[in-house]
Amino acid sequence: MTDYLLMMVTAIFANNIILIRFLGLCPFVGVSSSQESALGMSAAALFVNVLASTISWNVYNYLLVPLELQYLRTVAFILVIASLVQLVEIVLQKIAPALYKSLGIYLPLITTNCMIFGVAVLNIQEEHTFIETVVYAFATAIGFSLALNVLAGIRERFALGRVPALMSGFPLALITAGIMALCFYGFMGLGQ
Amino acid sequence: MARIVQEFTKGLWKEVPPFRFVLGLCPVLAVTSNVQSALGLGCGVIFVLLVSNTLISTFRKLIPPKIRVPVFIVVIASAVTIVELSMEAYFYTLFEVLGIWIPLIVVNCLILGRAEAFARKEPVHLAVADGLGMGLGFTISLCVLASIREIIGAGTWFGMRVMPEAYLGFELFQRPPGAFICLGLLLFFINFLSQKLEKPKAG
Repeated sequence: MTDYLLMMVTAIFANNIILIRFLGLCPFVGVSSSQESALGMSAAALFVNVLASTISWNVYNYLLVPLELQYLRTVAFILVIASLVQLVEIVLQKIAPALYKSLGIYLPLITTNCMIFGVAVLNIQEEHTFIETVVYAFATAIGFSLALNVLAGIRERFALGRVPALMSGFPLALITAGIMALCFYGFMGLGQ
Repeated sequence: MARIVQEFTKGLWKEVPPFRFVLGLCPVLAVTSNVQSALGLGCGVIFVLLVSNTLISTFRKLIPPKIRVPVFIVVIASAVTIVELSMEAYFYTLFEVLGIWIPLIVVNCLILGRAEAFARKEPVHLAVADGLGMGLGFTISLCVLASIREIIGAGTWFGMRVMPEAYLGFELFQRPPGAFICLGLLLFFINFLSQKLEKPKAG
């Protein structure tokens, strides 16, 4: 139990998936301009991340390994993720059309969200067991949501202030992210 | 002919990724702590972009629009697998350094973005020019960012010492937080530069 807890804390803070491992940056700067869309993105990413990791872990260990087709990992994983995202898209369009609209281009792009694919690959590379895979996927998605929502909160405040035109948008978001990363870097000593 | 040149050069300045379109950021920050790995990943991206743009543009009339994204992804994933296997066979040290970032080329938004925005509508020769230009622009951007980070962070460039021996290096620039700050400042600088360059034309 302690192991899982430690794993979660490490994945959320010390090795934060966005700020320290640089996975999932596109939605991080893309949908972080308002808190509402940041929340929607977090929920979608959490759902897809856990499901995708679970399914791809099973596909790898029970399908590719017995057939000795490990080199097809990249193709197999991306197909699993792409079909999952399609599913989430259809469900969201039906249940919450407003949210679906505000996520815009970034929902289909969750397919190319490096976090989802990266976590699936990391689970295999670090030889996680099934339960570890689920815990790790959950924790990384929480870390993603945390960083995304904190940045969205900060950027909403920036919208009220006067920012030099050349700095507004991406440059400012990235520098803010840099300072946030510096804070998260302080957790480094915890996990090891 | 002029069109080919135009499609090629737009990737180098006017629409240079990732500075103009903030797409495919993740590897940009992750592999730029030194120039070698930036160049290695850049070459991988050029190859994948070239293969995917060529194939998708060749078969653009055969791919049913409704399932185009899965088709694109399979094409890209196959190209990435080629890069992954050949890098493991011929450039093992680079393969070790880049690690997870090689399979992650598959989810680089830049590649799918080009397929979606360009290759599925345009003929092959233009798609090749576009892929080459964008890939080259991406690689050059990676190398510029990596040079800044390596020189300031470690005082070396391509592993060679460029700063005086006494320079200890500003560690932060080699670490994740420095990557964000450095890219942010670079984007600001590019905005500034393009504003300076475009003003005379507008006036």
